Amino acid sequence: MNQVGKIGVVGGGKMALAMVKGFLSAGLTKSEHVIASVHPDDKQSLKQFEQINVETVVENAPVVEKSDIIFISVKPQVVPIILPEMRPLSNNKLFISIAMGITLKVLEENLSSEARVIRAMPNTPALVRSGCSVFARGTKASQVDGELTKSLLAAIGTCEEVPESYFDAITALSGSGPAYVFVMIEALADGGVRMGLPRDLAYRLAAQTVLGAGQLVRDTKEHPGLLKDNVTSPAGSTAAALKVLETAGFRGTVSNAVEAATLRCREISGN
Amino acid sequence: MAKLDEKIGFIGGGNMAFAIGSGLINREFVKTSQVLVSGPNIENLGRWRDLGIATTDDNYEVLDKADIIFICVKPHILTPMAAQLRNLHSPTLKDKDKLFVSVLAGVKLKTLEEKFSFVEGLKMIRTMPNTPMQIGEGITVYSPGSYVKQQDLEKLHLMLNSLGIAQQVPETMIDAVSGVAGCGPAFVYTIIEALADGGVKQGVPRQMAQQFAAQMLLGAAKMVLLTGKHPAVLRDEVCSPGGATIVGVHELEKGQLRATIMNAVEKSSERAAELGKK
Repeated sequence: MNQVGKIGVVGGGKMALAMVKGFLSAGLTKSEHVIASVHPDDKQSLKQFEQINVETVVENAPVVEKSDIIFISVKPQVVPIILPEMRPLSNNKLFISIAMGITLKVLEENLSSEARVIRAMPNTPALVRSGCSVFARGTKASQVDGELTKSLLAAIGTCEEVPESYFDAITALSGSGPAYVFVMIEALADGGVRMGLPRDLAYRLAAQTVLGAGQLVRDTKEHPGLLKDNVTSPAGSTAAALKVLETAGFRGTVSNAVEAATLRCREISGN
Repeated sequence: MAKLDEKIGFIGGGNMAFAIGSGLINREFVKTSQVLVSGPNIENLGRWRDLGIATTDDNYEVLDKADIIFICVKPHILTPMAAQLRNLHSPTLKDKDKLFVSVLAGVKLKTLEEKFSFVEGLKMIRTMPNTPMQIGEGITVYSPGSYVKQQDLEKLHLMLNSLGIAQQVPETMIDAVSGVAGCGPAFVYTIIEALADGGVKQGVPRQMAQQFAAQMLLGAAKMVLLTGKHPAVLRDEVCSPGGATIVGVHELEKGQLRATIMNAVEKSSERAAELGKK
């Protein structure tokens, strides 16, 4: 049974693959109802779509024609090039764009006035179905379109609807955020190795610690400040370590990073 | 109507002693006639006399007459003062009923019990109070020495708790607590001044800026104490997205306020411990 209608992907790369695999896994659609346009040079992606029995084509037009919901996942600089060719075919279809920095305004201006548009932003852990996605609806996209988008993106992690004005800050937080955490994981592991742990063990421990801590915050809904208190016994090792972080201005630095990324996002999208 | 029948004595009548003594009287734990205070310069004890309290320059008189004796001399005076009392003292049956309470920063029970070993069955409680006791918003931690009975602790707790908060703690924790609660008022006065300075810079008259800074601090502290919410939760509640408050909070983090304050507590605690070793 096909619950969501036919799904098309324009620009079938890593993220698109992750999403489609997620949809299939979650039973939201079947592979015969999915079609993806893939760059002919991208042999890796072609092979991967083949492995999950999804039809691939080299042109974008058939993807739009054959689908009810079309994910736009080409690189941002390619978007202005492909929209005009899709326009005549875009009536009454739902477009979900995950292209970074491409606004709802740009999407709506370059597609049919009868097209419905949603702007979404997942993040890289979508590749392991632990993504963090947000979406904003265009002027014609209905609540039902929103709910559909949510159920699709929830297949690869969490998904929430937000005002489009939040996108730059969200990009800085959950879009770029994994990079900050990767740096922290490296540093935790370096610290471990410095103090005598084997490298591979240190990486596994660092990754699981970050994962677990994130899960504690998400699932207990306790304030992270309180969770921190719970781990920090009087005159213990955690207190000693936190002192080092505070002295180095860890908190302020991380906030600065999010600020810098947000400002850069705004610069790029010309806000 | 007094709540205690005992005679209360203070050896040393400085700021801390006065905070406790005047606090106890304001809270009507004792009448002024129950209080006696000694100090080397009787002229400096004027504020006690202004309350109607008897003063003397004879420390031994306090030891002899009082049932509860607060030792409030400066730490470096302890040794000569105790030696003087030792010379004048003959053991009496009353010794075991007297309760000695020390407010000397950093001076351990072991030291106090040595210095006052001439009192048979010495009951000594070490305390670490702070100056806002004077207005009934103090914090005192205390730790009992040998021979101190539960009822002695309860009596002391009642007195000190009426002047704010009192809490029994292991002696090993006292220096750390003094870093926060003993020295803390000075840190906070600095913060109030800085807030006021900030206000003045932005155009608020000094008097108003200072009063508002203090009232704001009081209110915020009460929010923590009365709501039981984690301070981080309360902070979040004031910080609306992209608003004025979060921008200020970010400045504090950039300036490593947290680490600076933690350093202040650390250094004060270490110094308190150092002083106690002398």
